[in-house]
Amino acid sequence: MAELLPLSRNAVAQLSASLDEPEWMLDLRLQAWDIYESLPVPSTSDEAWRRTDIRRFKLGSVGVSLNGDNGVADTPAPSYLGEQLTDDIAGGVLFEVDGVVKEYELSDELRAQGVIFCDMHTAVREHGELVRQYFMTQAVRADEGKFAALHGAFWRGGVFLYVPRNTIAAAPLHSALWATNGRTFTHTLVVLDTASEATFIDEYASPARGEGQALHNGVIELIVGDEASLHYASLQDFGTNVWQFNHERGRVGRGGKLDWITSVMGTRLTKAFQTAELDAPGSWARMSGIFFTNGRQHIDLDTQQNHNAADTTSDLLYKGALKDQSRSVWQGMIKALPGSQRIDGFQANRNLMLDRTARADSIPGLEIEADDVRCTHASTVGKLDEEEIFYLMSRGIPRHEATRMVIQGFFDPIMQRIPFERVRTRIFDRILEKVG
Amino acid sequence: MTVALEINNLHVNIGENRILKGIDLTVKQGEIHALMGPNGSGKSTLAYTLAGHPSYVVSAGQATFDGQELLEMEADERSRAGLFLAFQYPVAVPGVTVAKFLRQAINSRRKAANPEDAGIPIPEFRRLLRNKMEVLGIDQKFAGRYLNDGFSGGEKKRAEILQMAILEPKIAIMDETDSGLDIDALRIVAEGAQRLHEMNDMGVLVITHYQRILNYIQPDHVHIMLDGRIVESGGPELALHLEENGYDWLREKYGVAEVA
Repeated sequence: MAELLPLSRNAVAQLSASLDEPEWMLDLRLQAWDIYESLPVPSTSDEAWRRTDIRRFKLGSVGVSLNGDNGVADTPAPSYLGEQLTDDIAGGVLFEVDGVVKEYELSDELRAQGVIFCDMHTAVREHGELVRQYFMTQAVRADEGKFAALHGAFWRGGVFLYVPRNTIAAAPLHSALWATNGRTFTHTLVVLDTASEATFIDEYASPARGEGQALHNGVIELIVGDEASLHYASLQDFGTNVWQFNHERGRVGRGGKLDWITSVMGTRLTKAFQTAELDAPGSWARMSGIFFTNGRQHIDLDTQQNHNAADTTSDLLYKGALKDQSRSVWQGMIKALPGSQRIDGFQANRNLMLDRTARADSIPGLEIEADDVRCTHASTVGKLDEEEIFYLMSRGIPRHEATRMVIQGFFDPIMQRIPFERVRTRIFDRILEKVG
Repeated sequence: MTVALEINNLHVNIGENRILKGIDLTVKQGEIHALMGPNGSGKSTLAYTLAGHPSYVVSAGQATFDGQELLEMEADERSRAGLFLAFQYPVAVPGVTVAKFLRQAINSRRKAANPEDAGIPIPEFRRLLRNKMEVLGIDQKFAGRYLNDGFSGGEKKRAEILQMAILEPKIAIMDETDSGLDIDALRIVAEGAQRLHEMNDMGVLVITHYQRILNYIQPDHVHIMLDGRIVESGGPELALHLEENGYDWLREKYGVAEVA
């Protein structure tokens, strides 16, 4: 394994040089580093971090490896990772280990259409002007928080997808990250130009029982142009030694649509900020979250639906089940600016408690400064219904199987939002594995 | 061999309350019994207890099914042995479709009989389901709906009979299947049960307040329950007598106050 550099301004410069980056990217990284240095480590006295204590995470011992250890994984990736998840053969596939590209394909059809789909470093080198316009400038910014800044300074690997104006990328795009070396900083940037369409499945995983503390510090930026439509699913299944700190944001233009699915199965701790910005009349976003925690997992999903214009629609549903001593936090906010009339915002979080020792905090919120709006929220924390289980058992279904059916039933309505049978099956299988 | 459900001196409590105070009843395959009685007499408690609901505590007595100790068995084992309860209030299980549920119920039986079984082939299952639904006049779309979720009263009761038709129990308990049904729905549901009785020699214990359903499922034996005991047993004429005279004469005869 390569030597790790401790986090420093000098390490930022060395990383950028080793990646042969243009000046503007080095500048971006250094600025992010300065912001990182200027911000304190989040603590439970910060409102956004009140329920998520990261004192046990040793940020000081995170280092950076200049060559990404060449993506030499000691642990081979599981066969399921990156396997075809849609009925249509993927138009593009990108497989990375620790942020280093291992497999890459893009169909001739998509190339001919002018679709760009490649790893983030290639994108910076070959499509610099385009990337520079969007990379941490419009969606996620380095000054949003300590971990957004850390990512800006040390990001490595990830995917760039660009679909030109009036282009429909008929075949889905698919990327998978396998993380083995203890620290990943992948960056996903999707840009859909006016009236374009795409479907993108973004997978993240690492060995189930990795050693020591690992870090995933990711950023996801989804830019949906006017009249464009993006289906995006991120499926996370990191090992229980991973601490994940993510900033994720989608921006939706006039008449644009963002259908955003998040599945969170792994990590020791996840803190993710997920925000949809509805920027112009007719913009629409649907956010669907699925999580299942067990053991000592702690998942904190902090969502925002920002109605920045009139006549915008957002619909959020996050559903989770919790086992053992695990814990979840969902904090949701719908915001409407003063001029944002005739908006329709909905948020719901539903939690299924499988053990008394688990805990779910569900905190909806509205900040509405317009008066002609329809904004509603709902949140529930409930137990498995023994009457449902008895009913199923009374038809000959053993208790264990009946319990699995009720849990599966809890997730079914949200699973129906996922248009791919194999993605649904993958998530269900993982959930049932965790149910035991 | 004829399977029998035999109940001896069964006492059941819910919390501190004594609900069943010594029930003796035998229902054999091929027989139809009606169990009648006013609200609160313990009819549904008997049904749930026999099906194995965990809230009902047996304080004394026995029950056997096909010679096995019924009360020692889990609810799912009772079902697989051939006992069926048509619920008065079927439970909604959101997120689980009727088809998925029924396939699981069938496969649980196959698996219990043969651990190597790979489950009912899907085409065979579809055929079976389609046929049974047709016979019961159930819309085919039903199969894709979440179980009992948002069903009307009539749909729920039909779904119970559909389950009965597919699982083919040896003995079925129908707990106020007639309540909340209009006359057409009642006829379809009751005739469905009657057909299973004729075709499979299914034994039936019909729990009801009213004579009405007994026009379609004609009992060989009628029992009347009052305050946790079976106080009268007789033939079909007993049901007709009740229909004309109500329960007051029984309350007087046995010195039981009306439940408020």
